[in-house]
Amino acid sequence: MKVTVTVNGTRYEREVESRMLLVHFLREELGLTGTNIGCDTSQCGACTVHMDGKSVKSCAVLAVQADGREVTTIEGLAQDGTLHPLQAAFWEKHGLQCGYCTPGMIMAGSAFLRDHPHPTDEEIRHGLEGNICRCTGYQNIVAAMKSAAENM
Amino acid sequence: MRPAQTTYQRPTSVAEALQILAAHEGAKLLAGGHSLIPAMNQRLATPELLVDIGRLDELKGISVSGNTLVIGAATPHAQVTASPNVRAHARALAQACGMLADPQVRNWGTIGGNIAHADPASDPPTVVLAAGGKLRLQSATGQRVVDANDFFLDLFTTALQPGEILRSIELPIVVDRRSAYVKMPHPASRYAVVGVAVFLDVANGYCSHASVAIGGAVPKATRSPGAERALQGSHLDDAALAAAAAAISAEVSGMAMSDLYASAEYRTAMAGVILQQAVRAALA
Amino acid sequence: MATRIFGSGIKRREDPRLITGKARYTDDFQMAGMVHMVVVRSPHAHARITSIDTSAARGAPGVVAVFTGHDLKLGAIPCAWLVPGSDLKVPAHPALATETVRYVGDGVAMIIATDRYLAQDAADLVQVTYEVLPAVVNPETSTKEGSPQLFPEIANNVAFHWVASSGDDGVNQAFAEAEVVVKERIVQQRLLPTAMEPRAVLAQWDKYAEELTVYSTTQNPHIARFILSGVTGVPEHKLRVIAPEVGGGFGSKIPVYADEALAAWASMKLGVPVKWAETRSENYQVTIHGRDHVEYVEMAATKEGKVTAIRGTVYAGLGAYISTAAPGVPTILHGLMYSGAYAIPHIRAETFGVLTNTTPVDAYRGAGRPEATFLVERLMDRLAHTLNMDPVALRRKNLIPPFENGYTVAIGLTYDSGNYEAALAKALGMFDYEGFRREQAAARQQGRYLGIGVTTYSECCGLGPSQVAGAVGFQGGLWESAIVRFSPAGKVQALIGASPHGQGEETTFAQIIADELGVPVDDVEIAHGDTNRSPMGWGSYGSRTTPVGGAALVTAARKIKEKARAMAAHLLEAATEDIEYGDGKFFVRGAPDRFKSIQEAALMATLAWNLPAGMEPGMEASAFYDPPNFVYPFGTHIAVVEVNPATGQVDLQRYIAVDDCGPQINPMIVEGQIHGGLVQGIGQVLCEGVVYDDQGQLLTGTMMDYAMPRADMFPTFEIESTVTPSPHHPIGVKGVGETGAIASTPTVYNAVIDALQPFGIEQMEMPLTAPRVWKAIQDARAKGGQ
Ligand SMILES: Cc1cc2nc3c(=O)[nH]c(=O)nc-3n(C[C@H](O)[C@H](O)[C@H](O)COP(=O)(O)OP(=O)(O)OC[C@H]3O[C@@H](n4cnc5c(N)ncnc54)[C@H](O)[C@@H]3O)c2cc1C
Ligand code: FES
Ligand code: FES
Repeated sequence: MKVTVTVNGTRYEREVESRMLLVHFLREELGLTGTNIGCDTSQCGACTVHMDGKSVKSCAVLAVQADGREVTTIEGLAQDGTLHPLQAAFWEKHGLQCGYCTPGMIMAGSAFLRDHPHPTDEEIRHGLEGNICRCTGYQNIVAAMKSAAENM
Repeated sequence: MRPAQTTYQRPTSVAEALQILAAHEGAKLLAGGHSLIPAMNQRLATPELLVDIGRLDELKGISVSGNTLVIGAATPHAQVTASPNVRAHARALAQACGMLADPQVRNWGTIGGNIAHADPASDPPTVVLAAGGKLRLQSATGQRVVDANDFFLDLFTTALQPGEILRSIELPIVVDRRSAYVKMPHPASRYAVVGVAVFLDVANGYCSHASVAIGGAVPKATRSPGAERALQGSHLDDAALAAAAAAISAEVSGMAMSDLYASAEYRTAMAGVILQQAVRAALA
Repeated sequence: MATRIFGSGIKRREDPRLITGKARYTDDFQMAGMVHMVVVRSPHAHARITSIDTSAARGAPGVVAVFTGHDLKLGAIPCAWLVPGSDLKVPAHPALATETVRYVGDGVAMIIATDRYLAQDAADLVQVTYEVLPAVVNPETSTKEGSPQLFPEIANNVAFHWVASSGDDGVNQAFAEAEVVVKERIVQQRLLPTAMEPRAVLAQWDKYAEELTVYSTTQNPHIARFILSGVTGVPEHKLRVIAPEVGGGFGSKIPVYADEALAAWASMKLGVPVKWAETRSENYQVTIHGRDHVEYVEMAATKEGKVTAIRGTVYAGLGAYISTAAPGVPTILHGLMYSGAYAIPHIRAETFGVLTNTTPVDAYRGAGRPEATFLVERLMDRLAHTLNMDPVALRRKNLIPPFENGYTVAIGLTYDSGNYEAALAKALGMFDYEGFRREQAAARQQGRYLGIGVTTYSECCGLGPSQVAGAVGFQGGLWESAIVRFSPAGKVQALIGASPHGQGEETTFAQIIADELGVPVDDVEIAHGDTNRSPMGWGSYGSRTTPVGGAALVTAARKIKEKARAMAAHLLEAATEDIEYGDGKFFVRGAPDRFKSIQEAALMATLAWNLPAGMEPGMEASAFYDPPNFVYPFGTHIAVVEVNPATGQVDLQRYIAVDDCGPQINPMIVEGQIHGGLVQGIGQVLCEGVVYDDQGQLLTGTMMDYAMPRADMFPTFEIESTVTPSPHHPIGVKGVGETGAIASTPTVYNAVIDALQPFGIEQMEMPLTAPRVWKAIQDARAKGGQ
């Protein structure tokens, strides 16, 4: 099936199988490998991107469902070479170690902060319930979220 | 995480969707896809044709019509939670849709898909049942309205017939009715191990109406007449709550599910504990 | 460069690529002509293969080839830790089973197709018929007469039997004469390491050069090359292993698995690049698991609470085959640590390594030491309860007194340095212990159950002297090497053998170099993870990268500095002895305006226009560092929990950790390591645990069933440190990668048991889920507890 998806501001037209997951479309058709895959049950959040401005686990939607929509991936989050405040805060606060969960965390986190500009620690911890990190113990991710909220 | 071969169509109206359903025996509706695609990823579901109703405006939105709250089946959980109408008239449903899964899933999974799927560990069915809700179903030949009491038949089984689409969820609006939904989540999946919804009419401490439903613990969302009797006509004091807890646990025992995480015995006991938490939350 | 960059929490230089999506993990690489591999796996835990029909799969769309074990020309997957004196028998582990499958997930065939969806379609078409055999999953029952046998040559499934003892007579006597003995049966449940990046391989055979390149999610590319060379027959100098960005390991990416060998072989056979990437469910089936002990442990003591002896018998599950480092984990890394932080005169550790019809078990964060710390700390609390003594007071009575340069425990290890009392005092200074006990008593009156756990631990890491490695049967060395070189323009490149994958050594090692050589930290590049580029090293695990690899780096840097000093002296026409060094510059003593910067010295040595007599051109040095001993970090952790008796839910309210890993190169990174370890260790107590049914089916096979710790389970950890340098390390540092995971499990477990003292509950199997805790309370109430 033919799909047209705008990813990070660029319009792509591709012929894809109906069964192709959005995450594979991004990674394999478009070569946007910043979005990672950490599970096969839509639990871990590593594959989180934005679709029409809302966070989504890209392993839980088909590429054909994204037809006509706008997708933003981690590669498209920085604007004109300036890091998104949450990217900068992850760096500043050591919110990542191996970095594998990080693109998904940042995409989920940036969507969360848009809806919750002044979150408490507890709200942040709940807001990240769809994302799993095995390295950081979450503490510095929470710190990064708070610091980004202050800078946004 | 590699679904089997399938095909895909995106009709532009419910009528067209119904035509496609009628013409293809192996067709399956796709709303948010957040139950169906995870199942396809494991190859537990291998539909031949997906009929995407996720963008049909006819199936979306929340409105009040007379004393009925109408929620379009394809409305995502996040919109249900955020809706001032839902918060005002069925706070328990706002709570359930706001605590299920995670923000990403709530953005795209729909309340209708959830209810049609009838996963025994789901949250919204319990609330719709306790609220005395109705489900509006549409087929090629017309519409029918099914009471929630008659809709949830068994695990993953509902009154939906092949070729039918759930159009909307309709909840009665009763002035000053209070409600709450409390859930004990599974630590891995975060689905409900036990979830209880209560709807109460309370004036001067006196409870003139109580409806209670439980999910997660049992194969399908189930009302608790015993707990309702214990609460209704009481002052919701500790004794009434204890009696209601005992009643719901007694009803659940015998049909409680058991799995790796929680035994039937535990679910049975928690039915009463969570019920009490739900009543207190409704009063808070 | 007036301030030392060592010790400052500078931002990580690895991060820019990771936060923008530019980092490249193994599965991110694409190659022209690349094909995809899927392995067909056994659904049975134990069965004879009666037939494999691949004909339908061969004809499926996109399929390039289908192979079974009969087609392969590959050696068996070896074990690389042959613990001596244990009668170890290593059964053959073929890359694909041909006759018998021994666990769910054992490979039986492989599909190569042009795309992974098509490969999966074809895998579903392979018809395998099995004659199902009885299976065994519990390591203790597996040793019993009449249990299903995995290999005819290994009686009662016991692959090895190992004992370490301070002297059996002394141990027996201590128990015979003890005033008090406490015992426990401890089950260290199986855990899933769950590095967030599943394993992946991309193998590329260059048929012209006859060279094999393998991109692999490995923690130790040189070990992978060593083993893969043996299995595939490709000589090591024709085999290049690249560990690109690696998304966590926690031990699970130490072993070399069948899958890597299969992808390599298929690429050689077909002449195209072959990629394999496991799904998470596959990861849970075939990537190693951790822990899996059934332990019988006991402690002897006087009435005053002086511990006189400790001993244990451990049934350590190995799974169906013996993974790369598996025998060393429940023996050398476990049994030798029964002294913990305490002076215990008599110690005996006995381990049975047991085969079961389950996924192989190997090193998982902490590897053996968490289990040891758990049993010691558990017995300490149990003893305190038995003697009706405060658990902190009991620990104080038994702590090894402060030492700066060596303390030998009864079982023979010599700890490097320690000041356990200081760490305990610091932790108690952050917490009103007496006040808490009063609050706890008052809360109990109101039916609220608070509990506290206090752990004083010491662990052993920074593996380790190679001589010891040889003595304990490790089939490799445990040194590290580094090359440090100046480019003509004064930039520094350091190549290291170790292979960090999230720990941040690209930053901390640059800090070390910047300090040693007085160059700006941004002028330093640390390269690793490619056997054709980096010098030999034995990998990143066992908290060894900084203690061992860092020491090699410092040594190489110091060599360069001495050469630069000689070069500067020559240029300044002064004697080398008259040259002083400060801030990256070499001065003539007494004439501070006469100096050469280290960069100038490096440039002139590289140009070699005018070298001192006998000096070789260039500014490069390499160093090999073999540590004289392990390092022994230590500390005190405190946890406070509240248990809801109505639901059994455990709420972790406070967590304090005071750790001593010597001087900290980058405190921000040290804290990050501790946070991560804490969550893993606490995950074991509260939610994680593998479950198999009696037939060997993995019931916790996906993230829907296996509970990973999430952000909302934890309070903000309160982290502090003390600093006790290691006497034998060039910059005094100890490892910190595993301490959090080692200390937190007993701390939180003991806190829950402490909360439940009014019910008389002394023991529960982990994880302490709400239903389990609730059941324990119900049972205790039925027996007449509170
Ligand atoms: C990680 C994760 C965690 C989750 N946790 C929870 C949780 O804690 N609690 C909870 O309640 N749910 C949970 N869910 C499920 C979630 O709520 C789903 O969104 C919901 O169950 C399905 O809605 P959907 O629109 O995505 O349906 P789809 O997946 O598109 O469809 C589900 C089924 O319903 C049918 N269907 C869909 N729409 C209609 C319709 N209008 N008429 C008739 N049939 C229809 C489809 O054919 C299909 O069989 C979770 C899901 C995920 C991925
Ligand atoms: S890969 Fe999508 S949620 Fe894990
Ligand atoms: S940083 Fe490694 S999984 Fe989060």
